[in-house]
Amino acid sequence: MRSNLGFFSDEKFRSIFFQTLVIGLFALGLFFVISTTSYNLEKRNIATGWSFLQNPAGFDISFSPFLEFKSTDTHLKVYFVGVLNTLLVSVTGCIAATILGFILGIVRLSSNWLLSRLVYIYVEFSRNVPLLLQIILWYSILIQLPRVKQSLQVLDVFYISNRGLYSPRPIFESGFSYVFIAIVLALISSFLINRWAKKRQDKTGQQFPVFSSSIGLIFIIPLILFFILGSPLSFEHPELKGFNFKGGLVIRPEFIAMFLALSIYTAAFISEIVRAGIMSVSKGQREASAAIGLKQTWIMRLIIIPQALRVIVPPLTSQYLNLTKNSSLGIAVGYADLVHGFGGISLNQTGQAIECMAIVMATYLSISLTISFFMNIYNRSIQFKEK
Amino acid sequence: MNEMNEVRKPPVATTGIIGWLRINLFFNWTNSLITLFVIYCLYQFIPWILDWTIISADFKYNYLGEQITNQEMCSRNLDPENGGACWAVIYVRFYQFIYGFYPKVEVWRVNLAYVMLAFALLPLLYAKLPYRKYFLYFTYIFPVIAYFLLNGGLGFTEVSTNKWGGLLVTLVLGCTGIALAFPIGIMLALGRRSKLPVISMMCTLFIEFIRGVPLITLLFFGMVMLPLFLPEGIDMDGLVRVLVAVTLFQSAYMAEVIRGGLQAIPPGQYEAAKSLGMSYWRMNLLIILPQAIRISIPPIVNTSIGLFKDTTLVIIVGILDLLGIGRGTLADTNWLGLSYEIYFFVSLVFFIFTFGMSRYSLYLEKKLKTGINMGAD
Repeated sequence: MRSNLGFFSDEKFRSIFFQTLVIGLFALGLFFVISTTSYNLEKRNIATGWSFLQNPAGFDISFSPFLEFKSTDTHLKVYFVGVLNTLLVSVTGCIAATILGFILGIVRLSSNWLLSRLVYIYVEFSRNVPLLLQIILWYSILIQLPRVKQSLQVLDVFYISNRGLYSPRPIFESGFSYVFIAIVLALISSFLINRWAKKRQDKTGQQFPVFSSSIGLIFIIPLILFFILGSPLSFEHPELKGFNFKGGLVIRPEFIAMFLALSIYTAAFISEIVRAGIMSVSKGQREASAAIGLKQTWIMRLIIIPQALRVIVPPLTSQYLNLTKNSSLGIAVGYADLVHGFGGISLNQTGQAIECMAIVMATYLSISLTISFFMNIYNRSIQFKEK
Repeated sequence: MNEMNEVRKPPVATTGIIGWLRINLFFNWTNSLITLFVIYCLYQFIPWILDWTIISADFKYNYLGEQITNQEMCSRNLDPENGGACWAVIYVRFYQFIYGFYPKVEVWRVNLAYVMLAFALLPLLYAKLPYRKYFLYFTYIFPVIAYFLLNGGLGFTEVSTNKWGGLLVTLVLGCTGIALAFPIGIMLALGRRSKLPVISMMCTLFIEFIRGVPLITLLFFGMVMLPLFLPEGIDMDGLVRVLVAVTLFQSAYMAEVIRGGLQAIPPGQYEAAKSLGMSYWRMNLLIILPQAIRISIPPIVNTSIGLFKDTTLVIIVGILDLLGIGRGTLADTNWLGLSYEIYFFVSLVFFIFTFGMSRYSLYLEKKLKTGINMGAD
């Protein structure tokens, strides 16, 4: 019996046999799916191919801060507006969640019992209630704000109503590009100064006032330039005309609800990550740095945070990925992101589900891969280097 | 001379309640200021929330003593000056929140399934349960019983899934998703670590693809694309289509968690099993997986919490789970404008489940840690 199956107990043969079997089954399944799908598409009169991207969309998008969108624009433009909106809410959400999360994580470790309990309660509530529910809740709060005519006025220039937040729109005049170039140059040079100063300090021990020189470069020089050029920046204020505001910059409640919910929800997770990271730094490190006479703020900045970051960054990356993926929930409140605009309305109008979903999924995959690529580079840069 | 030997007590200010207060709340002046500020905020906030949720809230009757049947009868709509939450909406719609549109005559079946679910979970949650083995047999056959009980067949009248709703759908999606994703996740994790390049590559691609896209796109995939992939005549139920998406999603995450557990198993365990002449499957089933799963139970519970929260996404594809029933109630003209009450209630239900699960995972983590330490010592 055994001799008949002798070749089967050969590991090499078995490995090839099983792998060929799997490939065969997979190909068979794929063939089956493709053939039934093409049959189904034909029967339902659904067009295939990518030409629909050039057709006019025929619907309006209420929130498109970067691209002007008209209903005669193509589905391709719907896609770009969607990607930009997804990126907008993801990037602003990640920044806000990181700041809030770090603050809360540190406060959670505060010696003040009451404060740390309060943060604990916030973290538990925010983590344990579904995000979608939080988004819908924020949205329902925002649209219950006063109507446009009774809108709340903040600092005389901002108007808050159930249509969103109206603020002055900056208008850049011709000279402003110089100021902008100056800011970019200042950012690059302060980054280079920082590197040079670090190298010099490592070699000679001499310190360089990096912080104040960077402030001078980034803020003061462009500001002087700004006034020399005669303030090439003005603001267009929103004005109440009829039932709505005209002019100005409007931030829709859909965006505000998404932004608030995403950042508050993710901040709860980040604060726990930060707390675990700081707690992972052994007590001896803190005591040793106190023993050599470092100030409390320096201990945090030079000793604790750099070591904690090694623990914090990998889970932080997955929180950023989660936030980006969660931004797809905008569809629940009508935020015109990738899923709602392109994967929702365009899909329904054209009926080309496979193409639309493939594009949407591919886009999310590439965004995810890009984020993890950059976070991996950052992670490698802060890991412990043996000299 | 006796006085010299007497043990002096620590100063009053460092022990007892006063000591605790001093150390934890009034350690220095900034700390004291923060404490006072927080107390002031709480003093402003707590009475207000208590008043809104309990003291001036309506539970079943408004302040005139009438039984509330629509939002116009809520105290706060009759007299905006005094009147808090109007919990009557939950009271009136409680049935829908828990069972959806399940026929009232048949509702005992859902109740029975809820009770049986509790019994099925018992042996999974408590390792020291007496007669755990027999309870586990029940756990294995529970899904079959639950299917016939809820859906019908075997003498029960059929209740189609579009009549299901509320907590029932949330629990069905959560429990089925987790239960199905567990074996698939194990297979994917083993596959990803397999030495056969084709299998490991396919599993890796699948896992990374699912983890790279949002759940909502998978739900759309299940709703819009799945019917196109299947031959004519096979008409999948809406709930099943959503379940396919949820299971695919959860199994990828489960696979990664279990892979983490597999990586923690020292190579000596593999070598020892192989030297005993065990085959790949025997080695994994008897030696590796029991240990790997034991380590990965806390993260498995954590991903399950995530899935449980994510089941709310099904409202986007038109399935009425707990949140869906809440939104449906809000769209009813009888209950317009009671969004805070409804969302508060739905949040509370989710909070109870997820907070319970997270406490349980913490308890497991602690137990596991002490267990491993004892082994190492």
